[in-house]
Amino acid sequence: MTFAENPPAFEEPTVNDYRPSSQGGGAPGHSEIPQRPLVVIKSGRRWTSLNLRELWAHRDLFYFLIWRDVKVRYKQTVLGVMWAILQPLLTMMIFTFLFGHLARVPSDGMPYPIFVFAGLLPWNFFAAAVDNSSNSLVGNSALITKVYFPRLVIPSAAVGAALVDFGIAFVILFFMGVHYNIGLSVGMLMLIPLIVQMTLFAVGIGIRMSALNVKYRDVRHALPFLINVWMYATPVIYPVSFIPDRLRWILVLNPLVGIIEGFRSAIFNRPFVWSHLVTSFVIVIAVLLYSLYSFRSMEKSFADII
Amino acid sequence: MRPIITVQDLSKRYKLGQREVGYQTLREVLVKAVSGSIEGVRSRLNRRYPQNFADEESELWALRDLTFEVQRGEVLGIIGRNGAGKSTLLKILSRITEPSSGRVELYGRVGSLLEVGTGFHPELTGRENIFLSGAILGMRRKEIARKLDEIVAFAEVSRFIDTPVKRYSSGMFVRLAFAVAAHLEPEILLVDEVLAVGDQAFQKRCLGKMGDVASEGRTVVFVSHNMASIEALCNTCLFLSEGQFVAKGQTHEVVSRYMTTDLPPESASVSLSAHSGRRRGSRPMMNMVTLRDDTGTPTGAIRMGSSLSVAVSFACDAGPILPGLGVVLKNAHGVAIFTVTEGLVGGNSVENRVASGIVSCALDNPPLLPGRYSFDLYLGDTSGARDVLDVVSDAISFEVQAADVFGTGQVPAPHNSLIYWPARFAFTNGATQRDEVEHGRLNRG
Repeated sequence: MTFAENPPAFEEPTVNDYRPSSQGGGAPGHSEIPQRPLVVIKSGRRWTSLNLRELWAHRDLFYFLIWRDVKVRYKQTVLGVMWAILQPLLTMMIFTFLFGHLARVPSDGMPYPIFVFAGLLPWNFFAAAVDNSSNSLVGNSALITKVYFPRLVIPSAAVGAALVDFGIAFVILFFMGVHYNIGLSVGMLMLIPLIVQMTLFAVGIGIRMSALNVKYRDVRHALPFLINVWMYATPVIYPVSFIPDRLRWILVLNPLVGIIEGFRSAIFNRPFVWSHLVTSFVIVIAVLLYSLYSFRSMEKSFADII
Repeated sequence: MRPIITVQDLSKRYKLGQREVGYQTLREVLVKAVSGSIEGVRSRLNRRYPQNFADEESELWALRDLTFEVQRGEVLGIIGRNGAGKSTLLKILSRITEPSSGRVELYGRVGSLLEVGTGFHPELTGRENIFLSGAILGMRRKEIARKLDEIVAFAEVSRFIDTPVKRYSSGMFVRLAFAVAAHLEPEILLVDEVLAVGDQAFQKRCLGKMGDVASEGRTVVFVSHNMASIEALCNTCLFLSEGQFVAKGQTHEVVSRYMTTDLPPESASVSLSAHSGRRRGSRPMMNMVTLRDDTGTPTGAIRMGSSLSVAVSFACDAGPILPGLGVVLKNAHGVAIFTVTEGLVGGNSVENRVASGIVSCALDNPPLLPGRYSFDLYLGDTSGARDVLDVVSDAISFEVQAADVFGTGQVPAPHNSLIYWPARFAFTNGATQRDEVEHGRLNRG
C-alpha cells in the first residue's frame, strides 16, 4: 500500500510515452549521436591547452558581463558616467597643482597638465582594471559554483569594463589637445597598438591576481597597497628622463614605463624610444602567457575552494 | 543504441578543512608556510563558521566508483539522502567541478540549471536580466532576442519587464528566472532541485515544460528530494547512497526500494552524533532524538490519531545558546507535511542561555495516515539573529499504524492524500432542496 505500487495521481500518460523503450531510433529533427563525445570529463589534466575556441564561443557572455559591470556601476548615481570623466580630471588638477606648481617636477618641456594626464590615463586604466579583475572571481562566486563557462571570461570582462571608462576619459585628452594646440600627427596612430599592449598587460596581471585571490584572500588586502607603490615606480607624475641613466634599465623592466612613455611620444609627436617599447612588449607577452597557463591549471579547482 | 552519457568509475574526494590535493609548486609551499600560520589564527577567530569544524576529519568521498549510462530521451531522476552525492554528480556532469578520478563522456550539448536565478543582478531590469542570465546559461544573444517574448509570456511579468528585479516579488523573480532557463535548448539538461521554489501552479507548468523537453528527444537528469515530482517526471531513476551506486532502473521500482531501504529503521531513539543525514556545514550539537507516545513511553510507532512528542538532547561546545527547535514532518515520499518551530508557535520556556539540555516538541493528534514518516530536525540559537546551527535530515523515522479513528471500522486509505481529516456529513431533506432550487428559478425568471 505505497504510492509506488499504486500512484494514480502521478501516472501521467505523457511521461510514459517518453520511455527509452518506446523511443526507437530517436526523435525526428535531432541528429544522430556523434561518434566521438563532445566533452570528456576526467581528472588530472594538469597542463591544459588555452582552448581559445571555447572562449570565442562565449563572446556574447563576455560582452554581457562588461555591459553589466558598466551599467551597474553607474546605476542610481546622479552624475552617471560623468564620474568616469570627473575622477581623472580632478586627479589631474590636483597633481598639476602639487607636482607641477609646488614641487616643480620637470615635464620634458610639455605643458604639465596634459603631460600628467597622458600618464594618468593609462595608469588609471591599469589600476582600475587590475583591481576589478582581481576581485572578479570572488565577487562572482555564485556563478562559478552554479554554471560552467570558461572562467577566463570573468576577469577579462572586468578589464573590459575598465576599458570602457578609459574610452570615456579619453575624450578629455582630446579636448586638452585642442586647448593646448597640439596638432594631429601620424605618430598618434601608435596609440592603437599601445592601448592593445596596455590592455594585454592588465589582463595578464588581472587574471593572475584573480586566481590567486580565490585561494588566498590576502590578495585583496595586499594589492591596493602594491598598486599604490607601483604608481611611484611608474613615470606618471615625472618623465623617464627624471631617473638617472644608470638606474633607468631597472625602471624599464616595468612594462608600463614603455607604454606611458609611448603615449606621451604619440601625443606630443616626439621620437619613440623603441628599446623601451620592445622590452615592454616582450614582458607583457611573457606575463600574459604565464598567467593564462597558470589560470587554466588552477581554474578547475575554483568551484571547490572559492 | 549508444548512450548519450557514460559515466565510468567516477569518484570525487574532498579534503575536509584543507584544500584539494593536487598540484603544488615550490612557491605555493613557501606561501603555505606563511599562510598556514595565518589560517591557524583565522580559524580560531572564526570558530562560528562551520567550514572549519571538520578540520580533524581528513577526507570525504562525495562519490565513489560510480558507473552508469544514460540513453538519449531518458529522463533520469537521481535520488538519495542528503550527502549521497547527488549534487556533486550534477556538478561534475555540468563541469563546474572536476572528478578526482574516473571518466565521463557526454555526446551532446549540456545545459545545467543548478539554481534559479543564477547571474541575475538586482539592479538590472527584467529584460536586461533575461539577456544576462541567458548568456550565462550558454545562449547566444540572437537566440535570446528571438525567444524574448516567449520568455516574458511564460514568466507572466510583461508589465514589469523594464523594472529592476530588486522591486519584484519573490514569486515574480522565480518565475522570470525559471522562464529563462526553461527556454534553454541543450541536448542534455541537468536540473538540480530548483522546482522546490515558486507557487504550486507555476511548479506544475515547469514540470510540464520539462516534460516538453523530454518529448523532443532531449535527455534530462533531474535531482530531487520530492518523490512525487520524481515519479511524475522521470522514467528511470538512479539511487545513490553515500556516494555509491545502489540501483538504476524503472522509477517505480527504484523509488520503492529507496523508500523501504533508505530510511533508518523505526526506533524510539536515534543517536545523532554521527548521523548521515546531517547537512553539510552544520555544527553537530544535537546528539540524541527520542519519540514518545501519548503515555510518555518511548516508541517507534504510534496509532493514527494519537499524540507524539519529539525530544532532542543537545550539547553546545562553543558556548551557551538559547535553544530553538524546528521540526519538519515528512512522509515516505519526502513531501513535507508540516513544519513547526519554536519561533512560529511560541512558548519557549528557556530564559537563560544554556550549553546543553533537552528541547522537546509535543504534537497533539496529528492527522496522519498509516505509513512511514520521518523528521528533519533543526536546532538554532534564538538569541539575536536566530541562526540555524545544526540540521539533520531524516533524523528519525516512525510508523503510523492504522486505527479506527472515525469509529466506523473503516480506515482511510493513503492514496492520493497526505493526511486524513475529521469531518461531519449532514443530510438535508431532498424536497427542501428542490424547493430552494425552484424558488431560485422563480426569482431569476
